Amino acid sequence: MGLLIKDKQVVVPGDILADDLGFIPGFGTYRNNHNLVCSRLGLVNIEGKVVKVIPLSGKYLPRRNDIVVARVFDILMAGWRVDINSPYSAVLSSKETPEFIERNEDLSKHFDLDDYLVCKVTNVTSQNLVDVSCRDQGLRKLRGGRIIHVNTHKVPRIIGKKGSMVSMIKQATGCRIIVGQNGLVWVDGEPDKENVAVNAIRKIENESHMPGLTDRMKVYLEEITGVKISLLNEGDYNGLQ
Amino acid sequence: MMIDQEAKRHLRESLAKGVRYDGRKKDEFRNIEIRTGFIVTAEGSAQVKCGETEVIAGVKMSVEKPYSDTPDSGILMVGAELLPLSNPKYEGGPPGADAIEVARVIDRGIRESKSLDNQRLCITAGEKVWTINVDISPLNDDGNLIDVGSMAAVAAILNARFPSYENGKVDFKKVTNEPIPMMRIPIAITVIRIGDAFIVDPTELEEQALDARLTVTTIDDDRLCSIQKGGAGTLSIEEIEKMVDLAVHKSREIRKLIKQE
Amino acid sequence: MDYNKRLDGRDFDELRPMEAKAGVIKKADGSAYFRMGKTIAYAAVYGPREMFPKFMQDPKKGVLRCNYNMLPFSGAGGDRVKPGPSRRSKEISAVTEKALSAVVDLSDSPNAVVDVYIELPQTDAGSRCCGINAAAIALADAGIPMRDIVAAVAVGHAGNKIIVDLDYEEEHLPDYLEGLDEKDVADIPVAVIPSTGEISLLQMDGIVDKAVLFKALHKAREAAMKVSEVQRNALREKFVAHVSDDIDNNENGFEENQY
Repeated sequence: MGLLIKDKQVVVPGDILADDLGFIPGFGTYRNNHNLVCSRLGLVNIEGKVVKVIPLSGKYLPRRNDIVVARVFDILMAGWRVDINSPYSAVLSSKETPEFIERNEDLSKHFDLDDYLVCKVTNVTSQNLVDVSCRDQGLRKLRGGRIIHVNTHKVPRIIGKKGSMVSMIKQATGCRIIVGQNGLVWVDGEPDKENVAVNAIRKIENESHMPGLTDRMKVYLEEITGVKISLLNEGDYNGLQ
Repeated sequence: MMIDQEAKRHLRESLAKGVRYDGRKKDEFRNIEIRTGFIVTAEGSAQVKCGETEVIAGVKMSVEKPYSDTPDSGILMVGAELLPLSNPKYEGGPPGADAIEVARVIDRGIRESKSLDNQRLCITAGEKVWTINVDISPLNDDGNLIDVGSMAAVAAILNARFPSYENGKVDFKKVTNEPIPMMRIPIAITVIRIGDAFIVDPTELEEQALDARLTVTTIDDDRLCSIQKGGAGTLSIEEIEKMVDLAVHKSREIRKLIKQE
Repeated sequence: MDYNKRLDGRDFDELRPMEAKAGVIKKADGSAYFRMGKTIAYAAVYGPREMFPKFMQDPKKGVLRCNYNMLPFSGAGGDRVKPGPSRRSKEISAVTEKALSAVVDLSDSPNAVVDVYIELPQTDAGSRCCGINAAAIALADAGIPMRDIVAAVAVGHAGNKIIVDLDYEEEHLPDYLEGLDEKDVADIPVAVIPSTGEISLLQMDGIVDKAVLFKALHKAREAAMKVSEVQRNALREKFVAHVSDDIDNNENGFEENQY
């Protein structure tokens, strides 16, 4: 009776996580009689009586307040339709841009097809219709640079505690980096340094399950770039630079 | 996922500064791994991994009636199926023009090399000849399917052994030691032009950003046996010369690898 | 006439050696390789993604679409398999989709599709079961929510014996064993939901008594548990030793309330 698994254990759909009714099914689990069963490939997360599974894979599903990197693929009457790397596209209304837009203005002068922007998800309906906005501080069109796709579930690792991981990469390569919750990462710098940053991000993706990643990445980056890295002070991290 | 204008521009600029995204030199192939003879239902088989691009090829042999205009010649057919499994851009259903081009370029490269001694495949002139079917299937497509597919096809052909033919019937369970009579080893090398840069073994992203591509198939003495230009951009004669030289140069490396297997 | 010793020496309850690996096709959202004896299947999952043609979209939940295909050089009988869909491959695609739909939960993906592609480079009977086994792993690998991982195996009846995981020769036993009549052989592919024992695929070719069928189904359920273990291990092995000490789940609003 009780928990049949440990915190942070890898579980697969069908695994029985607990066999008494005292536990509450959280995300990635369901109840079958008195069993609590896994429904997603992921890591167990136990908080008190709530048992969740944090997924290791799966498409990005948009959530309110997520900061995402999006690409314009259609220009509408009063806004733009953007690709947010999800099965569902999002709409940016012309009222939600950094600059005020006059009526009848040519929208493509602000955001054109294939432009990339960093924006915030403001609403997701039950049918997965999504609204985004570019109004807050730091949200804007991205110029130059290069976009790579990463596993959306690895985004917290790539950002690191209070931004510590991504800030190491920025320090070592001198690149500007913006990590979208939706798994799109914008990197902008000298071409060879961009490659270093991209390789570092891929390394984090591949090794996110191995302990001591922060120290390993520090050594890796220092070796490749020769730049001495100082770890971040609290409050220094700005995700939108 | 079609490449967008911004990504194209960025890739070109990087290349212009001499930087390829995966750090390779312009004339460098990705890491190549070849294994052969592992499909028991095929008379010959090969699997080639080139970076993340992975292709399987299998050889099936049968005895059929020859073509009426070449009654004492065996038949060789090389086909490729671009499986949606390997890349979401390949829809299921009948093959698109791209898929057909890949198959035909590989097929012509092997056929026009005249490497196969067709007469040796004849059993009874006008009635029975060996038919060799080579089928190429990518498992993961990260660019350069023509070169990698061709490598797999040639390696599978070299790996193949005839089944025995007794009393008018093929016995697939009794394998002979007879290889397919290939007198030469044709190697296809694709060179692409992006702006002023010429690169070999493009990744999928690089392929999507190309201006023009040239696939050159060579035989063992460096003579050319098949050429195909692709892409919407043009090539000057000087550029073509450069690309042909590069292709011939790389073909020697690849031929050595295939021979080793 | 009785079938007393299996042609390859296995016990009547014994499956062929199995091998499985998850994540083998990098381009796919999820993928797997599954081998049962000499039958090999690759499966790749793409999705959830936008569904075309639009009229096939379901506004209430996502749609699962399966495609089973044998590569031209994969036939066990010796002949080349002509490329392209056949009536047989379309039927197998359909029953595969039903077998997997029974466990998959696509309520969070209305109007989207999850495409599953199954390709077999080598077969030796049991190909639809092998394909389902690979596809089930690939779906889990892709992060598709499901209540369990479907496990499939073909059982059969030949010469008064119930046999598990027939190979090609056993499917054609009268060709290999004297005295055995064609009507003495039945081939029964079964897909099972391991945690409940429910059956999501059942087909049969051959003539059997009702009692034999039900005995065979019980054997299939037992055998499927062994398949299930191989599938689950393949997924776990992809992520050995997952310990992430320094994740801060409060980064950028990516909080516990996310899940």
